[in-house]
Amino acid sequence: MRLTELKNHERELYYFQLRIGAAGIAVLIAFGILFARFFYLQVIQRDYYHTKAEDNRISIVPIPPNRGLILDRNGVVLARNYSAYTLEIMPAKVSDLESTINGLAEVVDIQPRDRSRFKKLLAETRNADSLPIRTRLTDEEVARFAANRYRFAGVEIKARLFRQYPFEALASHVIGYIGRINDKDQERLAEQGVDANYRGTDFIGKSGLEGSYQNELHGTTGIEQVEIDAGGRGIRTLSRTPALAGNDITLALDIKLQQVAESSFGDRRGALVALDPSNGGVLAFVSKPGYDPNLFVEGIDPQSWAELNNSPDRPLNNRAINGLYPPGSTFKPFLALAALETGKRKPAQAIFDPGHFDFGGRRFRDDKIGGHGTVDMYRSIVESCDTYYYILSNDMGIDLIARSIAPFGFGSRTGIDLDGESAGILPSPEWKRKRFRKPEQQKWYAGETISIGIGQGYNAYTPMQLAQATAAIANNGVLYKPHLVNYVDNQRTNTRRTIEPELSRKIPFQPEHVEFIKKAMAGVNTAGTGARAFAGAQYTSGGKTGTAQVIAIKANEKYIEKNVAERHRDHSLFIAFAPLENPKIALAVIVENGGFGARAAAPIARAVLDYYLLGKTPPEPKQVPVIETLKEGASD
Amino acid sequence: MALDTAQLTIRRAASRFTDSIDGPLFALSVVLVGIGLVTLYSASYEYPARVTAQLANLAVAFTAMWLIAQASPQTLMRFAVPVYFFGILLLVAVALFGDVANGARRWLHVGVTRFQPSEMMKIAMPLMLAWYFHRHEATLRALDFIVAGLLLLVPVLLIARQPDLGTAVLVLAAGCYVIFFAGLSWKVIAGLVVVGIGALFPLWGMLHDYQRRRVLTLLDPTTDPLGAGYHIIQSTIAVGSGGILGKGWLRGTQTHLEFIPERHTDFIFAVFSEEFGLAGNCVLLLLYLLLIARGLMIAANAPTFFSRLLAGAVTLIFFTYAFVNMGMVSGILPVVGVPLPFVSYGGTALATLFVGIGILMSIHRHRKLVQT
Repeated sequence: MRLTELKNHERELYYFQLRIGAAGIAVLIAFGILFARFFYLQVIQRDYYHTKAEDNRISIVPIPPNRGLILDRNGVVLARNYSAYTLEIMPAKVSDLESTINGLAEVVDIQPRDRSRFKKLLAETRNADSLPIRTRLTDEEVARFAANRYRFAGVEIKARLFRQYPFEALASHVIGYIGRINDKDQERLAEQGVDANYRGTDFIGKSGLEGSYQNELHGTTGIEQVEIDAGGRGIRTLSRTPALAGNDITLALDIKLQQVAESSFGDRRGALVALDPSNGGVLAFVSKPGYDPNLFVEGIDPQSWAELNNSPDRPLNNRAINGLYPPGSTFKPFLALAALETGKRKPAQAIFDPGHFDFGGRRFRDDKIGGHGTVDMYRSIVESCDTYYYILSNDMGIDLIARSIAPFGFGSRTGIDLDGESAGILPSPEWKRKRFRKPEQQKWYAGETISIGIGQGYNAYTPMQLAQATAAIANNGVLYKPHLVNYVDNQRTNTRRTIEPELSRKIPFQPEHVEFIKKAMAGVNTAGTGARAFAGAQYTSGGKTGTAQVIAIKANEKYIEKNVAERHRDHSLFIAFAPLENPKIALAVIVENGGFGARAAAPIARAVLDYYLLGKTPPEPKQVPVIETLKEGASD
Repeated sequence: MALDTAQLTIRRAASRFTDSIDGPLFALSVVLVGIGLVTLYSASYEYPARVTAQLANLAVAFTAMWLIAQASPQTLMRFAVPVYFFGILLLVAVALFGDVANGARRWLHVGVTRFQPSEMMKIAMPLMLAWYFHRHEATLRALDFIVAGLLLLVPVLLIARQPDLGTAVLVLAAGCYVIFFAGLSWKVIAGLVVVGIGALFPLWGMLHDYQRRRVLTLLDPTTDPLGAGYHIIQSTIAVGSGGILGKGWLRGTQTHLEFIPERHTDFIFAVFSEEFGLAGNCVLLLLYLLLIARGLMIAANAPTFFSRLLAGAVTLIFFTYAFVNMGMVSGILPVVGVPLPFVSYGGTALATLFVGIGILMSIHRHRKLVQT
């Protein structure tokens, strides 16, 4: 027994050693193949590869293109370029970043914010070969560094192109900003298969038009073939394919009109969108507060970033396309037009308003104590009677409201040429089913329909949508897709591409219905809630005030402004178009926590219309001086 | 007198310290590491701190080697199952929460550092299979080979999915070596080879785009001279232009003009080959050959089934590293991320390799203990 076991053991060992031998032979064969390959490459083909290596003295250097300019409708430059010297560190070639930066600080001025910005850049871009520690060096600093260069391996002075936004915060949400290409951008560019065209480019549009028109503005990267010596230094240029500058974009927006609009806001928060109803061109686009996009260009320092990001005013939020507000009473003309169109009301049909509407044991109050008395549709708009619309929405029902309001564009993206627009909320039983998860929340209650009629409840739209809907009335139901850019200009071929107005939809309104609503809106500005703001206007106009609740007021409680915290006060809204007969401009204004619509928002609308239609000249917008750019050829 | 005793104690302590170290294995790996440092110095002339960093890696690797060498094969065997399943667990964690770098999900964050769980599978895999076969030594049947195959395929597929073809190949190879040494019949091996070739076609469909490109550019690198073919073209030029005696240390133009990508890690052989030529390559081949021979010798003399299988597989992993790396740099194998053993820069790979050396030392040291 033990003997067989031992025998088995020996046999097993023998077989194992056979396999070890087989493995050894396989190893020898494999190494033999490698040796043969080395012999082939290094002996037989040696001369061929030697020549190849000798020829391998050409380095391909990308030439980044000049970024296209952004101009307003009159050719005023809103975003331009300048070149400047930057001091850059190649992190891979520097062993101790901290001591290198300390050493550099003895030669050039390096502030703590420069250091923290550099650290942030380093953390964001892992694969960058070169990152700036200081930008816009003075000639003296350049000279001082050049004299001390030997002390700093892996640090170089480079001439780079920078972006400048001369109007600073003015129209900042339209223009947006550029920033350094980070890992995420890099991934996206690789996905689109355009990363090769971004070699040598450090910046990319991050928001606003800089982001949405990135492909137009960027241009085509050029290539320079440079012969290099054994140390890798360039000796001479062999060939050069110049970079093609990006296209310039010209906006429909008028920077002076923008200035009028923004300065009328003062320090208040809010948004304004003014459209040309006949083609969808955006004439003014305000989101207050704004921010200075110049901060982002060289990489924003963490402190400024924290200030912008943590401010309760949320200056980075683009309120015009991302702010969702209940439209309040500005909703009434649209609902009235829908009621006419669906045959639920005739203009002359009147109701009696005792100052409230009771439904399902709840009392819905009108703003006017004691009520408006007998109210027809005209008066319901001019005086902004709530009870009229409580009854109307109850008669129409939520499904019909949702169906007939949707064509104005409420609850769907307008398609403006900016990224990340919000869709808003057009309330309906179907929306509620999708929005909520608990069955009792998913049910639509008839009482909820009532407050929808006065633009409250679940209603939530962007100022852009409200402006577009106003333009739809002004233009008799013909809706154009809003667009900021009018022309794309190729400076090299001197060709201009026009962004043609794009029809969103045609709402087949009965002409007399639209005329009636326009007349009622004109009444608002002559004899109604907007009359004070439009007193003495030298043009005809239509308008509608709105006040949107921020917090719910209990049924038997009166809203008293001075008792409510500033941020919980009502939003003030105004929509308008002018002139009445042939509207050239339609707009929507919202002033956050501005209180009654006629007080805060209407005067802003008045100022904008005054300038646009009468040319009442405002003070020239403040500009920062042009940064002097480096001389041609200094970029090597 | 007292001095003599003190000397004796020191000598005893020293011998206790070095007892477990196998001279030839240690000498060979140290020479290879030395070649690595010399080449690394040339490859990272712009960043000499890398050499220092590699020395620190080396200290860690030596410690790991010494610790493993202290343990007996029985101790190692006890670790086989927990280490294997822990590794699988980590691989699943990587698939779920891992970091993505270069389009692959390989890294796991542990505190402040990241590490690749797939790396530990290179050792855990042969350990596990050797343990399995050892347990079923007396009654080895066809079923056991099927179970072993499954134990092998699970981690390999997890790693291939990351995707990390280089590591998947190494782990697969490690497992296959154990199965081979365990005595899988030649007929089955022949059958598997035929099936394997047949399976290449559906496998092709499963590959990621960048992996396919690598195989295609291997067949004709000139089709993509700026993309995937660039590595192969430039490294082949480096190797070829080295000639018989090489361009001399620090004088490789391909290296110093930065034409060789990844020149301190996976493509360090191109740097070595350019500067030391065919002569240097032969020395390197010889060193690897001696290392492998020593490893196979240890395997052949190992007392238990477990230690035999483990030693054989670990030795052949060294071979696979060397063959795949030199093959890819010289343009006869596709570019997969496999470093040149003991030479390439990188702490993880170095640690893994020296753990392997430690295992061989442990097995060699305990070759007689069981028989008595």
